Amino acid sequence: MSGEINLPIYMDYASTTPVDPRVAKKISDHLTLDGNFGNPASRSHKFGWKAEEAVEEARSHVANLVNCDPREIVWTSGATEADNLAIKGIANFYQQNGKHIITSKIEHKAVLDPCRQLERDGFEVTYLEPNEGGLITPEAVLSAIREDTILISIMHINNELGTINDLGSIGKIAREKGIFFHVDAAQSTGKIAIDLNSLPVDLMSFSAHKTYGPKGIGALFVRRKPRVRIEAQIHGGGHERGMRSGTLPTHQIVGMGEAFRIAKEEMESDKLRIQSLHSKFYESISQIEEIYVNGDVDNKVSNILNISFAYVEGESLIMALKDIAVSSGSACTSASLEPSYVLRALGRKDELASSSIRFSFGRFTTEEDVDYTLTLINHAVDRLRELSPLWEMYLDGIDLDTVDWQTH
Amino acid sequence: MAYSKKVVDKFENTINEPAKYNVGRFDPKEMNVGTGMVGAPACGDVMKLQIKCESKGNTHVIKDVKFKTYGCGSAIASSSELVDMLIGKTLEEAKEIKNIDIVEALELPPIKIHCSVLAEDSIKQAIEDYEQKQ
Repeated sequence: MSGEINLPIYMDYASTTPVDPRVAKKISDHLTLDGNFGNPASRSHKFGWKAEEAVEEARSHVANLVNCDPREIVWTSGATEADNLAIKGIANFYQQNGKHIITSKIEHKAVLDPCRQLERDGFEVTYLEPNEGGLITPEAVLSAIREDTILISIMHINNELGTINDLGSIGKIAREKGIFFHVDAAQSTGKIAIDLNSLPVDLMSFSAHKTYGPKGIGALFVRRKPRVRIEAQIHGGGHERGMRSGTLPTHQIVGMGEAFRIAKEEMESDKLRIQSLHSKFYESISQIEEIYVNGDVDNKVSNILNISFAYVEGESLIMALKDIAVSSGSACTSASLEPSYVLRALGRKDELASSSIRFSFGRFTTEEDVDYTLTLINHAVDRLRELSPLWEMYLDGIDLDTVDWQTH
Repeated sequence: MAYSKKVVDKFENTINEPAKYNVGRFDPKEMNVGTGMVGAPACGDVMKLQIKCESKGNTHVIKDVKFKTYGCGSAIASSSELVDMLIGKTLEEAKEIKNIDIVEALELPPIKIHCSVLAEDSIKQAIEDYEQKQ
């Protein structure tokens, strides 16, 4: 079986995706002297005009995928910058209206860290708890709203769990209360349909590299009707209607445009294929004793599956699965020695949080990849449990919560 | 992960050939068995070490060792390394084993020193348990 398979197997698409070869071709057409290399801001010659044309075409592809006006798309260096621009941009522009922001504990750091920065600047931030299934409920949002709330920032799909928040209901509440609503949608594009024409969302962040585009490019949707204004965070040249200065990287922009064009075209077929891989994977892995799926299985995308393998520690599991590239909420993989803050927010015990693995599939995942991964997981979990004193105690019927552990 | 080849090899050998690498258990009630269990699930590692001794007068020699470890790769490698150091030693000699011996043998990165400390604690506790039974 391994004869046909390239090892290690990439099961970490939620962290980044390879660039689609069609996208790579488009990028390379916009770099060299014989390509479309000009500065899109150059008004005085054909090189500039052609580059501008390519940038605008790409903008339309991005807008098409999420059903908005191309003029509502602002290029950024990625979703992190888009999140920063949205959150700080709204906070800075509208601070005379209030200094309270609502977000959640399971946001990406690209949302949490700008919020922390605003707290240092005198803003107050409420960090909502998710429910057990990893979802932020509209009720939780509603109950956190104050007179001085100016912004709600809630992610669409959680990057660790794959859970999907109800943007329609949260946005409706925000609209009724006259509060701006920002959504980090880095994980969404090409996975589920987004219709900004009907969704009550004011700002939305996108990333190219999670959707088979290049790294280093993203976009922020800034609604025109009703108009949303933001204060620029990067100044110099007034590009992107003053919202984000800096020479536009034509090659990356056309890469993102092409990636999003393909995403629109192939979303349905990609989705069906990945759903069937997910079913196969999920059914098989459910046969393993004492595993826990993290996040609401009925409210998640099928390209991400986060599982805790009880009585096995996450980092050792990743080491035992060296032929599979996955990511872990484990303590030891990061320098901070902290279990995943997302899993802890769900109320998972530390030991379950640190025995979690995130598997994420994508466009180039094959059925053989899934089969091989399942074989390796079964083997590794068996071996590590044979080695685990906790598994032995579990089999002996000992309740681990009653043991007087010697913490160190 | 900044692990040395030694940690990786030790880890892989241990999980691939558990019997050869002394993974297992003795009956803790046996009089010639000493058991030590240290760490906590919430901290990410638990080591259980058991020694089986033979006594000649006042000298007790470690004849066999079994262990089980829940923890990161270096925790598993550290306990497996410790097992190698113990077999054939007298209890007096085993008491002399320090965590730094394991650090050096496996070239543990600084962030993983606590794994070796845990291993040292596990043998101390196993010896204590054994001596109480005598």
